[in-house]
Amino acid sequence: MIKRFLNLEWKQFFRSSHWQKNIAIKILMGFFALYLIAMFLLLGTGMYFIIKKLYPEGDPFVIVTSFIFYWMLGDLLMRFFLQKLPVMSVKPLLTLPIKRSQVVNYVLGKSATSFFNFLPLFAIIPFSAILISKEYDTTIVLMWALTMVIITLINNFLNFIIESLSAKTALSFIPIIAIAGSLFALNYFEIISFSSFVSQGIMAITANPLLILIPVLILVGLYVYNFKILKSSLYVDSSVQTKVKEAKTTDLSWTNRFGATAPFMQLDLKLIMRNKRSKSTLPLMAIGLVYGLFFYPNPVYKDMEFMFAFVGIFSTGFFLINFGQFIPAWDSGYYKMLMSQNFKYKQYLKSKFTLMVMSVIILFILGIPYVYFGWKILIAHFAAAIYNIGVNSHVIMYGGSFNRKKINLDQKAAFNYQGTGAVQWLIGFPLLLIPMGIFGLINWLAGFEAAVATLVGLGLIGIVLHQKIMTVITNRYLNVKYKMIEAFSQEN
Amino acid sequence: MIHTTELTKKYGETTVLTIDNLEIPKGQSFGLVGNNGAGKTTFFNLLLDLIQPTTGKITSSDIQVNTSEDWKTFTGSFIDESFLIGYLTPEEYFYFVGDLRGQNKADVDAFVKQFDEIFNDEILDKKKYLRDLSKGNQKKAGIVAALIGNPEVIILDEPFANLDPTTQIRLKQMLKTMVDNKDVTVLISSHDLGHVTEVCERIVVLEKGNVIKDLKTSEATLKELEAHFAL
Repeated sequence: MIKRFLNLEWKQFFRSSHWQKNIAIKILMGFFALYLIAMFLLLGTGMYFIIKKLYPEGDPFVIVTSFIFYWMLGDLLMRFFLQKLPVMSVKPLLTLPIKRSQVVNYVLGKSATSFFNFLPLFAIIPFSAILISKEYDTTIVLMWALTMVIITLINNFLNFIIESLSAKTALSFIPIIAIAGSLFALNYFEIISFSSFVSQGIMAITANPLLILIPVLILVGLYVYNFKILKSSLYVDSSVQTKVKEAKTTDLSWTNRFGATAPFMQLDLKLIMRNKRSKSTLPLMAIGLVYGLFFYPNPVYKDMEFMFAFVGIFSTGFFLINFGQFIPAWDSGYYKMLMSQNFKYKQYLKSKFTLMVMSVIILFILGIPYVYFGWKILIAHFAAAIYNIGVNSHVIMYGGSFNRKKINLDQKAAFNYQGTGAVQWLIGFPLLLIPMGIFGLINWLAGFEAAVATLVGLGLIGIVLHQKIMTVITNRYLNVKYKMIEAFSQEN
Repeated sequence: MIHTTELTKKYGETTVLTIDNLEIPKGQSFGLVGNNGAGKTTFFNLLLDLIQPTTGKITSSDIQVNTSEDWKTFTGSFIDESFLIGYLTPEEYFYFVGDLRGQNKADVDAFVKQFDEIFNDEILDKKKYLRDLSKGNQKKAGIVAALIGNPEVIILDEPFANLDPTTQIRLKQMLKTMVDNKDVTVLISSHDLGHVTEVCERIVVLEKGNVIKDLKTSEATLKELEAHFAL
């Protein structure tokens, strides 16, 4: 049976039009994975010697173990944002003679083979090998390594539980941040010392191998719990039963001043407000806005001016990146209809552009209080906002013409926890890193004023050439019209 | 009104549609019948420039559909549910389509009012999004939206499928009155031979992408079609 499931997934993967057209992203993902592997390998091989050097008195084994709690928290956070439960389109399988439990076991079992579970091994194995070569007791080290593997798997299944609980709320990331944050705080202020609890626990296991049964039992418990949630959501009506919410109509007549683009702007605003998928990115904007608070209060960053540009691009461009990267996939569900309607493509794109520009301006204004940390920051943010309006907005719209993946706006929560994986985060990188690189380089070569002027200049060039660029982008969209229609009419 | 010349559509080596010459004059009610895979939807998709022809062309009112977009101003269509915008209420959807066709809210309201009978109080003022309506009601909304703005060409793919019997009869009545207006060209595809012969004055039978019958509807047409498909 597993062979059949694998076969199905193989076909689903290679036969989707998404696959053929997104090889570039796959390659980028590959590099990202290789990078992570390299970092972990470095960590695994170098950790022993680094700690020896920093704390000649300390025992690296004990020190590393004392930090495991933080690693667990970090790992859990990373998983929440990057790891997806391996989805299978389950509905067609329900009426076939396959036991429900088999489907569930398969989905869960497959999650154990995730990249995120192998990644820690690249650090654990070399570190253990070095420990053994340094004449630590082999049994102790092996028990330690085994415990680490079990903890990784515990995180794996814990993550799905957290995801399934938080998927029902629009602010899906709040619970995880709250949980991780409060655990960290409790530990940090030494109210409950989880980190020493965890490290003592691991030490106890290495001393008495029988105790390993405890983490194993936790793991089994989590698996069973996951099994139960998944199995109960394997009914077609478990999602149907949800109450139909009453439609709210909103007065958007203020958009009429935008003339011919108004109908599309109203449509876009309704799209954002009425669909689960898009609604959940709105509260993220608040995080994007206060992102600078992670850096600016810290004196370390006081003289790192390139960080100002980065935070500026990020906080003023948060909506732009999140909304823009799915143009025109937001409209994929009814793309055919749009294409047979009487409108000019340029107006359609213009509406998206106007929305993005408005968001940049609003976010910039809301970010003005950053001036508290220095006027340079405000100026850098201003330059970043201009750059976002003039350059990034066009880049992301051009990039949108490569979108070939349908978005289900009204996706049900079951079996689809987030819909965004590492790919979506990767797309943001060039938009953030290129201006940061330019700014950093010129700042280093010619000073702050020149760097600001360069970003503003690039942005202004984009704004001046807006009409021309839009014509190019529109033509690009028209050229790939048939490909998009075909791809959007495919389910993923 | 609509001229099709030497049109073919191929996917790889397989030809799914070949129409050498097909003329649909202005004001005609044109019915397309054929089994699954006969090429009905392919033809409509080509007509709406949703797919590209391999060879040949279709012109609508002398506008070649895949080179100019001007035909969109006078063409209304409903192919399937993917023509609906799920997160809008039916009213908002009608206003949106109306906006694109130069109709203001009052125009749309007045226009939609005449369909009260078909809507049967299940569509308007229900405070429901289109995605929460039943399949049949979605279809009703889609068909009505296709008629907004007095289009000269109306394309409906399988308009009767999924509808309850009462609505089928009412829709048929409605299409018949529309057909009497000699300014409107109506193109319908259907699996229901009875409905299509009642509504359309001309029936074209497609089989494996080829036109194999082109009939002017008369008393005998239904019998002839039934005999043809019984084989």
